[in-house]
Amino acid sequence: MARIIAGVASSHVPAIGAAIDNKQTEEPYWKRVFSGFEKSKEWMAKTKPDVAIVVFNDHASAFSVEMVPTFALGCAAEFPPADEGWGPRPVPVVKGHPELASHISQSVILDEFDLTIVNKMEVDHGLTVPMNLLFGSPKEWPCPVIPLAVNVVLYPPPTGHRCFMLGRAIRKAVESYPEDLKVVVFGTGGMSHQISGPRAGLINKKFDTAFLDNLTKDPKKLTRIPHLEYMREAGAEGIEMVMWLIMRGALDDQVDEVYRFYTVPASNTAVGHIILENRKKAAKSKVKRAAAHAKTSVRRSK
Amino acid sequence: MARAHHDYDDIPGTFVFDAERSRQGYGINMFCMSLMKDENRKAFKADEAEYLKKFKLTPAQTEAVLKRDYNRMLELGGNIYFTAKLGATDGHSFRHLAATMTGATQDDYAKMMIDGGRSVEGNRSRTGKGKVGSILGEQGKPKAVKAKANPKAVQAKAGKSAKSKSAKSKSKAKRK
Repeated sequence: MARIIAGVASSHVPAIGAAIDNKQTEEPYWKRVFSGFEKSKEWMAKTKPDVAIVVFNDHASAFSVEMVPTFALGCAAEFPPADEGWGPRPVPVVKGHPELASHISQSVILDEFDLTIVNKMEVDHGLTVPMNLLFGSPKEWPCPVIPLAVNVVLYPPPTGHRCFMLGRAIRKAVESYPEDLKVVVFGTGGMSHQISGPRAGLINKKFDTAFLDNLTKDPKKLTRIPHLEYMREAGAEGIEMVMWLIMRGALDDQVDEVYRFYTVPASNTAVGHIILENRKKAAKSKVKRAAAHAKTSVRRSK
Repeated sequence: MARAHHDYDDIPGTFVFDAERSRQGYGINMFCMSLMKDENRKAFKADEAEYLKKFKLTPAQTEAVLKRDYNRMLELGGNIYFTAKLGATDGHSFRHLAATMTGATQDDYAKMMIDGGRSVEGNRSRTGKGKVGSILGEQGKPKAVKAKANPKAVQAKAGKSAKSKSAKSKSKAKRK
């Protein structure tokens, strides 16, 4: 049986991608940002997920204003990096997991989440920057990825509560997939930032800190934040944080915060990052899950 | 028809890209999408006004694009992720555009960001009636009522004045 073992949240600032691509990561301004992800890369290398579900938003790369799906699940075998006006980022093609993706779409649609199925999609910095931050810059990405694109560009995005509940439905879908797979879910975007209009440059560390605190201990409180509050407190583009709630909804109620990092700024944005693990013992009611886990470990040790 | 009033119109210095603006700004945004292709960037640069004719913009939208008035483009239905492609065609980053939209110089804007960004205090609400965020607890509340004049507060107080001020600051920035 597949299971979700952890969640990762991270900002996906395009300038971070540009700093990697232009080899500026050792410059003091950028080192401050990248040094915060050293431990995360170690954690990821140790955790070795079999699949990553990456919740992100497209920034007028794959979707223009011709079609704006609220939730779009990538079911393709691969997702090439998009040309965002400067040529495609020099990162590996993202390999999908079409079997699990199709299984998830079928399950969540019957759970009343009307996803859009995407069989062809290029992915932009929204997806590839967090992958760099957690996996580094390898020749090939170490695991298949299921992209879940969420509309946070055209108002209104889905509510935080809807996102959280979609996360729950995804968890249920993953847990009903027969193959033994360790899955990590990424929530990306945020934290506070506004890049449009005369109020651009807004940063709200207090809001971001409260959001991080509650993400671990009281995510239901976060699901009640109205859109107006995100935009007022965390900037017009800070509303991206609803995507973190899909990740959180996919985890168990009780989680352990294993790492957190926060710095201001990267370009116009507050960079926030957190790693949450499901408590392994939390599977107490699910003997099956423990058995599956044992089976996987045995297989791995062979 | 006049634009309907929304609760988020109370947020100062902000043009929320909603369904109404999306409809109104379809031409601007599709024009910007076309700039993803190099041949289109070249054609646009060769004769901007002529190139824009393909996209059925209103005269006001055409003027905003030609003058690179980014705030006006947002007000008329452009979205920042699209208009940023116009910025990229001119060789400008998101941060450059953001600074331009605030009316600050590039250096002043960069310094503000390094110093922790623009504070939300004094920048929550045009009317002063906007509530402090629900997750900030009781601590944040009295402060908001007594919000001091913030030097980094956005200048635009009312919707209409945002337009003229930003236009002025834009033309100043252009001269530099």
